[in-house]
Amino acid sequence: MHLFSWLPESISSYGREMDSLMWLIYYVVGVWFLLAEGLVFYFIFRFRRKEGVPAAYATGRGLKAASWVIVPALLVLICDFAIDARGEAVWHHIKLEMPTPDVQVRIEARQFAWMFRHAGPDGQFNSPDDVITNGELHVPVGKVVRFELESRDVIHSLWIPNLRLKQDAVPGRMIPGWFKAEKVGKYGIGCSQICGNGHTVMGATLVVQTQSDYDQWLKK
Amino acid sequence: MSTTTLQPELLGELNELEPSEHGHAAPTGFIGKYVFSCDHKVIAMQYLFTGLFMAMAGGFLAYVIRHQLAFPGTKMLFHPIVNARQYNAISTMHGTIMIFWVAMPILIGAFGNFLIPLMIGADDMAFPRLNMLSYWTFLVSTIVLLASFFVPGGAAAGGWTSYPTLSVQVISSNHWGQVFWILAVALEFVSILMGGINYITTPLNMRAPGMKLFDLPVFVWMQMTATGLFMMSVGPLIAGAVLMLCDILFQTGVYMPEKGGDPLLYQHLFWFFGHPEVYVVLLPTLGIIGEVIPVFSRKHLFGYKPIVFSTIAAGLLSIVVWAHHQFVSGMDPRLAAPFSITTIIISVPFSIVIFSMIATLWGAALTFPTPMLWAVGMLAEFLIGGTTGIHNGSAASDIYVHDTYYVVGHFHYTLFPAVFYGMFCGLYYWWPKMFGRKLNETLGKIHFWGTTVFFNMTFIPMLLMGIAGHQRRVFDPRSFGYLKDMGTLHVIATYGLYGLWIYQIPFIINVFCGLFGKRMTDRNPWRASTMEWLAPSPPGHGNFEVLPECYRGPYEYSKPGAAEDFIPQWLPEETAGIARK
Amino acid sequence: MSSLTHLHPLSASVSRSPRRIPVIPATRLGMWIFLASEVGTFGGLIATYVMMRMWHHEWLHESAHTLLSIGTINTVVLLTSSLTMVLAHEAAEAKERARTRRFLLLTAGLGLLFLCLKAFEYSHEIAGGHTPKVSVFWSFYFAMTGLHALHIVGGLVLMLYATLGLRHDCVLRRVAPIGLYWHFVDVVWIILFPLMYVTTH
Ligand code: HEA
Ligand code: HEA
Ligand code: CUA
Ligand SMILES: [Cu+2]
Repeated sequence: MHLFSWLPESISSYGREMDSLMWLIYYVVGVWFLLAEGLVFYFIFRFRRKEGVPAAYATGRGLKAASWVIVPALLVLICDFAIDARGEAVWHHIKLEMPTPDVQVRIEARQFAWMFRHAGPDGQFNSPDDVITNGELHVPVGKVVRFELESRDVIHSLWIPNLRLKQDAVPGRMIPGWFKAEKVGKYGIGCSQICGNGHTVMGATLVVQTQSDYDQWLKK
Repeated sequence: MSTTTLQPELLGELNELEPSEHGHAAPTGFIGKYVFSCDHKVIAMQYLFTGLFMAMAGGFLAYVIRHQLAFPGTKMLFHPIVNARQYNAISTMHGTIMIFWVAMPILIGAFGNFLIPLMIGADDMAFPRLNMLSYWTFLVSTIVLLASFFVPGGAAAGGWTSYPTLSVQVISSNHWGQVFWILAVALEFVSILMGGINYITTPLNMRAPGMKLFDLPVFVWMQMTATGLFMMSVGPLIAGAVLMLCDILFQTGVYMPEKGGDPLLYQHLFWFFGHPEVYVVLLPTLGIIGEVIPVFSRKHLFGYKPIVFSTIAAGLLSIVVWAHHQFVSGMDPRLAAPFSITTIIISVPFSIVIFSMIATLWGAALTFPTPMLWAVGMLAEFLIGGTTGIHNGSAASDIYVHDTYYVVGHFHYTLFPAVFYGMFCGLYYWWPKMFGRKLNETLGKIHFWGTTVFFNMTFIPMLLMGIAGHQRRVFDPRSFGYLKDMGTLHVIATYGLYGLWIYQIPFIINVFCGLFGKRMTDRNPWRASTMEWLAPSPPGHGNFEVLPECYRGPYEYSKPGAAEDFIPQWLPEETAGIARK
Repeated sequence: MSSLTHLHPLSASVSRSPRRIPVIPATRLGMWIFLASEVGTFGGLIATYVMMRMWHHEWLHESAHTLLSIGTINTVVLLTSSLTMVLAHEAAEAKERARTRRFLLLTAGLGLLFLCLKAFEYSHEIAGGHTPKVSVFWSFYFAMTGLHALHIVGGLVLMLYATLGLRHDCVLRRVAPIGLYWHFVDVVWIILFPLMYVTTH
């Protein structure tokens, strides 16, 4: 029963990076965790009180004694930097870069539904070829999708586990983002920020289609 | 050691807020003694029992939550079927109660109040009247909070974080729950602020002669750091709450974008306090186990000063990590990196603390009465909570785990050990001092093992569900297709909670039996060396028959050459010399 | 294990030595700690106000509707009250009860004058349609000056309480922490005043 064997299938271009980051943290932190727990349990069994054997007098004063904890703490610091460095690269790729988009959608959250305005072939919003859907987001496979996230009332959060994508939708702001889905299929979308009584039903579906299916769908 | 005679006017200065209290006769009559008492021990008991009562309430709400999640929409014992609105209110109130009405009153209000004066060899807090006022304000806040269940529209339902615009706008048709929530939380803050003035001033000003700052038991240090941290960070949230109250009651628009406001502003104000707050909850417990582990290891606490400095450093650092709760909130994504780095670096001071505690176990002469079980259990369980925090702290992986049950698992793995393990540890350990009787060991061990097994059974499934993508605060997980496999895990977690509840019964019995029966005569049953064990059990008015002096640090266990395996802080050199022989 | 009796403190020589002398007297230390947390509250408000103000240039026009003249008078009133507070403190140090009472009451009177002028301002502004609802600037204005005014009220209560208790000598020492508090409230105003009134005209 491995923690991350519970991860849902990753279908986005950056999903693999994100998963590997999570595995990295899992292993680095896991080693320390096992080490610490191991010591606790070893000491518990090893150092039970025995008649006539006094406990050691070790205060940890002085640099030499304290280095028993300070050296490990410095090693932890090095691990921290490793995690930070890797994490920052992944974060940068996902949230700070914006590859040239092939497709544009505007996503509007409201209590308690998702509305998707697909820009259509001309790539412009608010033009006649826009396709507006409720509860179904259509994207072509292998294409960079740029989205603009808005909310009409309260804070919601766009949550697509398979894409490893999460972004809050905040009233009064337009928040851009992107993803590239790499596998055809239907995937769940949820809202992950409490937004009222209907928070629990605020789902939608992501439909990843081949380019031709997508074009056909746009025309309909 | 200061032996200067005390000038009368300085004494006056010490006493001026409560000219009638210090050095005066003990109050007589039930009301003066147990209700409107200025005695720190009575106030501690008032905090303790209010907190325990609220723990029952919070645990009951947890039961309603868990039942609903495992068996959505079915009947349950003791509570009618809930709807979505009620579910949100119940989980909101569960979080609020557990953190502000269980953790704060018990770990700080009760243990801090009871132990600080005793551990520093003082007869009371610096400001006894302020202390009393603090408890009564707290009680009023409790009543306001509980009353909010019964106002039109029901209790607040916007999460314990109460983010606007939901908390302002949507509920505004029926906003009384939210208003009561703000008022209750504000009153509670005022109460802890009043207490906090005591918890810092008292150890600074009223230590026994000869007691230097680094002769303070680590518990006192943790209380000082925790309350200092609380007082440093709470201001902005009070400001934020005032603005929210204005938004609700006077329709101002500080958080409303259509009026030019900004909802993210509140998140910054909340988490500027909210993150330090979790350490305010953790530190007292680190203090408690920092007292208990040396006693049952018969060893000096390893690295006393590094522990003290690390927690202070962690406290300071915790003021600049708040935005790790907001990585995907829509704030400028360039801010993520600095906050992510500071967040993860907090693991360094905490690893110093944890490794030091573990190092204390090395070479020890360990025994495992109930308090020690809880202390080591706290260490072992908190490690899970702390390490899962790193997945949240790395901004990129937080994109995935944010607001999922992984976070829920993380914070229960930190908070449950910090609050419940810490509280149980402290209660089993200091009960003899508080009430003059020991709690039953057999019941205590049953309580420990049952709680530990079922605690893990409740929260491991939550970590797994979070990784599977299960978002928080959903009323009925079945309504999302991708959560259809979560049913079994929810059921396991819920059975875990049933087990948790069942294994609290030995504790409740233990507590009630521990209040009655013959008192023991031994003042120092654990053979500990800190000052509180010099006082009678339970200590009378004024604590010590003769106010003690301090001769050494708090953890002189198994010192080579000494006759006993501990040398108490209060023992003069000459006597200790005899002891050393 | 050997018995503990020979270690027992009461049989040992525990001298009745006096308590330590605190470096800072408790009430003053307590007040400092309290004020430190107050810095957080006002600091939080002021910081967010300044941030939002930088985003919203239009607030310039709104804040032009504050009454600079009365604001200035009020600043002078508060500064004077700080002076009388210092004098009260001095009198208290010299143990001159009558003079202490006089200066405390004078300080309180100035505080009351401040509140009256503030009340006039509020009514003027509200009559002019500048209620807290109309814009975030006015929300902040009323929230911040309102919270400050509440602190003035708190100061008045403290001062009246202290003057009532002046019969005892030891109560003279209350003046020092109250003075600290009053100067703090004063400083807050000195920060609010330019932020709300001056930068606008
Ligand atoms: C007592 C309470 C407590 C404690 C101690 C902690 C400790 C930590 N927490 Fe936690 N946290 C909460 C209570 C607590 N937290 C709560 C209540 C929430 C949710 C609020 C809400 O949204 O409702 C939360 C949420 C939360 C988030 C936001 C998640 C999200 O919403 O997306 C983050 C993100 O960074 C985080 C991080 C951390 C970190 C890094 C620590 C660190 O302090 C942990 C440090 C300790 C260790 C790391 C273990 C010891 C060290 C080692 C064994 C060495 C090896 C380690 C490394 C190599 C790294 N926490
Ligand atoms: C200290 C903090 C704390 C503690 C101890 C707990 C304890 C528990 N919590 Fe809590 N929880 C939170 C803080 C805490 N929680 C917070 C902050 C949230 C977020 C809220 C939000 O989303 O806004 C949350 C949310 C939360 C959720 C998520 C709800 C959702 O997202 O929809 C769930 C779900 O299972 C849950 C379950 C539990 C369970 C089963 C316990 C069990 O461990 C409870 C066990 C307790 C008992 C069995 C009671 C024991 C009683 C006594 C010891 C008293 C004895 C009395 C006498 C002797 C007189 N909690
Ligand atoms: Cu929308 Cu939750
Ligand atoms: Cu945090």
